[in-house]
Amino acid sequence: MAKRDRLSGNEAVAVAMRQINPDVVAAFPITPSTEVPQYFASFVSDGQVDTEFVPVESEHSAMSACIGAQAAGGRTMTATSANGLALMWEMLYIAASSRLPITLAAVNRALSGPINIHNDHSDTMGARDSGWIQIYGESNQEAYDNFIQAVRIGEHPDVMLPVMDCFDGFITSHAVENIELMDDADVKAFVGEYDPEYYLNNASHPVAVGPLDLPPHYFEHKRQQAQAMMNAKKVILEVADEFYKLTGRKYGLFEEYKMDDAEIAMVVLNSTAGTAKYVVDELRANGVKAGLIKVRVFRPFPVDEICEALKNVKAVAVMDKADSFNAAGGPLFTEVTSALYKNAGTVNVINYIYGLGGRDVKTDELKSVYTKLEEIAKTGKVDSVYNYLGVRE
Amino acid sequence: MAFNLKQEAKKPERLTGGHRMCAGCGAPVVVRGILRALNEEDHAVVSCATGCLEVSTFIYPYSAWTDSFIHSAFENSAATVSGAEAAYVAMKRKGKLPQGETKFIAFGGDGGTYDIGIQSLSGAMERGHNMLYVCYDNGAYMNTGIQRSSATPKYADTTTSPAGKVVPGKPQSRKDLTMIMVNHNIPYVAQTSPLGSKKGGLKDLHEKAQKALYTPGPAFINALAPCPRGWRYDTPRLLELCDLAVDTCFWPLYEVVDGVYHITYFPKEKLPVEAYLKPQGRFRHLFKAGNEHLIENIQKEVDDRWAMLLKLADNA
Repeated sequence: MAKRDRLSGNEAVAVAMRQINPDVVAAFPITPSTEVPQYFASFVSDGQVDTEFVPVESEHSAMSACIGAQAAGGRTMTATSANGLALMWEMLYIAASSRLPITLAAVNRALSGPINIHNDHSDTMGARDSGWIQIYGESNQEAYDNFIQAVRIGEHPDVMLPVMDCFDGFITSHAVENIELMDDADVKAFVGEYDPEYYLNNASHPVAVGPLDLPPHYFEHKRQQAQAMMNAKKVILEVADEFYKLTGRKYGLFEEYKMDDAEIAMVVLNSTAGTAKYVVDELRANGVKAGLIKVRVFRPFPVDEICEALKNVKAVAVMDKADSFNAAGGPLFTEVTSALYKNAGTVNVINYIYGLGGRDVKTDELKSVYTKLEEIAKTGKVDSVYNYLGVRE
Repeated sequence: MAFNLKQEAKKPERLTGGHRMCAGCGAPVVVRGILRALNEEDHAVVSCATGCLEVSTFIYPYSAWTDSFIHSAFENSAATVSGAEAAYVAMKRKGKLPQGETKFIAFGGDGGTYDIGIQSLSGAMERGHNMLYVCYDNGAYMNTGIQRSSATPKYADTTTSPAGKVVPGKPQSRKDLTMIMVNHNIPYVAQTSPLGSKKGGLKDLHEKAQKALYTPGPAFINALAPCPRGWRYDTPRLLELCDLAVDTCFWPLYEVVDGVYHITYFPKEKLPVEAYLKPQGRFRHLFKAGNEHLIENIQKEVDDRWAMLLKLADNA
C-alpha cells in the first residue's frame, strides 16, 4: 500500500534511493543537495540497504567513481548542486558517451560567481548539452517520482544514458510537503535488477571501456549517442505510462495547465509552475484565457509536441531562471523558439530572465507578465523580446 | 613466494604485443611486471589515466589488455577504479558475482599521479579501497611532448622548463610522492624499478607487486619508467639507466609495510650522480664548463634524501 507522509524533496529522493537499493552511491556534500547523501549514509549505517557508500573527496571524483562503478556492473547514483555539478562537468560528458545510466539528483542552485547558495537553473542549464537526459520537477512528489522513473529510462536498452532528476534548491529540496510514497516492494519490482550486457566485473567476459577513439570511429559513436537521446522520448512516455498504472500519477513530456482554449501562455520549469498556476486560476476567474506549460523533459527536448501545444496561442512568455549571456535570450527560450520555427509568424514569443540567485518570484510579477502577453495578443506587436523580471536596473 | 623467472615467464602476458608504446620505454615493462604478479586465475579490472600508456594500448577497436580495462580521464584513475571496486563489493554482497577473485589496479604516469591526479589518489587511498595504484614515473608529461611535472628532476631540460641562457632547466626539486603516500598510513607502499639482469631483473618489481596486490586494503607503488624521448637516451639503454638510478641512489628501492621502512637494494658501491645524468640528453647542459655547481647541488639533494631513508629504514 502506498503511504502518505510529509517529507522534504531531499528526503523524498533519499527514500527513493533506499527503495531502489543501488549498488553504489558516491557523493560529496554541497548545499542544498547535501541532505541526500546524508540521509542515505544513515540508511547504510543502519543496514537498510546493501549499497557501498563512497564518500569521495570531490564531485569530480564522485562522478568518476560513479563511472567506474556503473561500468563495473553496479547500479550507481549521486546527488549534487551548482559548483559540484560544474566540477563534474568533464565527467558528465564521459558518463554519457560511455553510455552509463547513472542517476543524479541535481538540486538546482545558482552557479558561482558570485557565490550564492539559493535556487536558479544556471547549474543544470550549463550541463544541457552534456548528453544527460534532464527531467525537471515542480514538487517533492515529482522529484521522488522522477527519480524512480529515471532508473528505468536510463537503463532501457534503447537508451543507456545517464539521467538528471532536477528540482529546485530549498524551495523543493528543503520545504516539507505532503507526499505519497510507493511501497518498497513496488519500487523494487518497478525498477527491477540492473542487468547490463557488458561490465568490467564480468571475469568470464572482460571488456574495455573508454578508448582513444580517432576519426575513423568517433563520429559513429557520437551518432549512436544522439540516436539514444532520440529514442529516449518514447521510453520516457512508456515508463510514465507504466508508472501511472501503478500509482495513478500521470507524467508526460510536459504538463499543460488550462491550455485547451488558452490565448496567452507561459512556459516554465520546476517550482515556479506552482506560483504560475495560482496566477492562471486568478486570471481565469476574471475571464482571461491564460494557460501554462511546465516543461518536464528538457533533454531530449519535445520539439514537435511543444510546437503543437502552442499552435493556437497568440502570445507566449518563456521564463528562464538562468541567463545564457548571448545577449539574446535564456536557454529555455532558445529551445522553445526553435521548436516554434515551424509555426513562425503565428506566435509571438517573449523571454523573461527571472529569479536568479534565489530572488523571490511573486504572483504580482507573474501577473505582470500575463498582462504584457494580453497586450501583445491584442496589438500583435512586440516591443521587447529579451526581458528581465524582478531586478533593479 | 620467491621470484622464479622461468616460472613467471611461462605465464601468458596480460598486456599483449601490438600496443604502440615506443621502443625503449619503461612503462610497458613496469605494467607487464605488475600484471605478471597476479595469480593466473584471478581477474583484474585495470584503470588508466589519460597518457601515453592509455592512448597506446586501447585505440578503438583494439585493446592490448586481456583483463577488463577502463579509461575515463586524466586526473581520476584512482577514483574511477575505486568506484569499480565499490561495485564489486556490493555485487558480491548481493550474490551477483560468481566465486573467484578480482583485483583492482590503477595506472597513471607522474603527471596523472603527482600533479593532476593527486587529489583523486589521496582520496581513494584514505577511503581504504582494496586496490593497487601504480605510478609509472618518467619524470614529465611525455604524452603531450615532454613538459615538466612535479616529478621532473631538478635542472632537467623539458619543453616547459627549457635549459636556456639564464635558467638551467627546471629550477625546482622533485616532489617525494612515495613518502607522501607512506603518510597516508596505508598497509603497503613501495618504490621500485625494473632492473638489468645482473641486478635481478624484474625480481624487485615482481615481489613488490605481489605483496601490494595480495595485501588487503590500499597499496601504492612508484615505479621508475624511463622515457627515451624525454630523457634522450639510446633505446637499448633502458635497463642500464634504471641500474644507474638505483646505484647512484637517485631512485632508492624500498618498501614500507604497515609504516615500517625497509630498503630492498643497497648499491655495492654508491656511484656519483653524474653516472646517471651523463647518458641522458635532458641533463646535457649540466656538463658544460662552469655548471659543476649544478651537479654538486643535485648530488647534495640525492645524498640528503638517501641519508634520511637510511635513518628511517629498519635494515640500514
